[in-house]
Amino acid sequence: MTISNQSQVLLSANELTCIREERILFDGLSFNINAGDIVQIEGPNGAGKTSLLRIIAGLSRPYAGEVEYSGENINRCRDEFNHDLLYLGHLAGVKSELTAEENLNFNLRISGYDDFDTTAILAKVNLTGFEEALAGHLSAGQHRRTALARLQHSNCKIWILDEPFTAIDKKGVEELEQLFIQHAESGGCVILTTHQDMSIISDAMLRKITLDYRFV
Amino acid sequence: MKRGISYTTAFMTLLQRDLRIAIRHRGDIFNPLLFFILVVTLFPLGIGPEPQVLTRVAPGIIWVAALLASMLSLERLFKADYNDGSLEQMLLSPQPLALMVLAKVLAHWILTGVPLILVAPLLAVLLHLEDNSYGALMSTLALGTPILSLLGAIGVALTVGLRKGGVLLSLLILPLYIPVLIFATSAIDAAGLNMAYDGQLAILAAMLVGSLILAPFAIGASLRVSTN
Repeated sequence: MTISNQSQVLLSANELTCIREERILFDGLSFNINAGDIVQIEGPNGAGKTSLLRIIAGLSRPYAGEVEYSGENINRCRDEFNHDLLYLGHLAGVKSELTAEENLNFNLRISGYDDFDTTAILAKVNLTGFEEALAGHLSAGQHRRTALARLQHSNCKIWILDEPFTAIDKKGVEELEQLFIQHAESGGCVILTTHQDMSIISDAMLRKITLDYRFV
Repeated sequence: MKRGISYTTAFMTLLQRDLRIAIRHRGDIFNPLLFFILVVTLFPLGIGPEPQVLTRVAPGIIWVAALLASMLSLERLFKADYNDGSLEQMLLSPQPLALMVLAKVLAHWILTGVPLILVAPLLAVLLHLEDNSYGALMSTLALGTPILSLLGAIGVALTVGLRKGGVLLSLLILPLYIPVLIFATSAIDAAGLNMAYDGQLAILAAMLVGSLILAPFAIGASLRVSTN
């Protein structure tokens, strides 16, 4: 794809090694992620996709190697890094006791935003009319949308999304893809895992990092 | 798009969220309180109604029951957040982790510590506590229960990733609770004998200040280890 500022490296992984349950998931994994990249991490179940995302996000520590954000280890510049990072894991971080609106409001506020209109953002993810519904009473897809609504109001450069399309309908997936492209074009990067085929983002626009299932 | 809210706003946002969730989930507030009331009311039935005996054991019973009730309620402090991914979001948010942890502990104390303090004088009547011990009872509980929440939260943060962390949690934090128990009950005893008890209160206050400053960092570090 056309990258406006190809030279700008946002994140770089150096010689990452991850060991889980005495099994090496990957070792010596190095890559750079530039502004404008949409990176898909692919591989079979158990290959270590989620582990890799958690390491890049700074949630878990690699067995060896390091992740650098603008040239510095993310553990040493955690505040700046977290300021620029939006991570959505398997678990959505949506409280079932709170309404969709309260959830969004909390998630945005705790990320530091002060000027937003929850109704408008929820409308963008097709949750109009469900603002006052407890998240616990929403369907799986709507629950997921409540979490994904955060992407609509974000100026973080780095988006790390673990299976963002789970439980989302076809139209919703297309809207998300559009959003990813927009984000990449404005100088951000998206790192995601998914087993679904994407319709708008073509293979040419996508960078892939492939993890293999290893038996050693 | 503006970024950057004050620390106070971040603190209050988290505190309000936790209180709101607890109000919608009332059982979480009443269980520890009910446990506290039940344990204390059962003692006179078990020991017998002689006022002299009850007066003698009252401070200990009230404090042990408060300590266990507070421990009982601890496990929920981070568990729900861990299970639904909110904890990860908290760890990755740009706000200082210690600040957010402190907000969560404060919410926990408001929900479990404050009700205990409020019912304690009623239960003290039931146990024939010395008339001049009430002030000491209230002040030790007011100083002591926040320490229990703060120290307990370290243990919870360490065990939140474990499936059955309950037993380990008690083993980890009971030793830390013992100094609080000793100084609190000795203050109430001293008050009952009409002696000065500000020494014990000062030690409790010092423990409170110390844990207020240091515990949030320990809790934050423990959470990072647990989610690794």
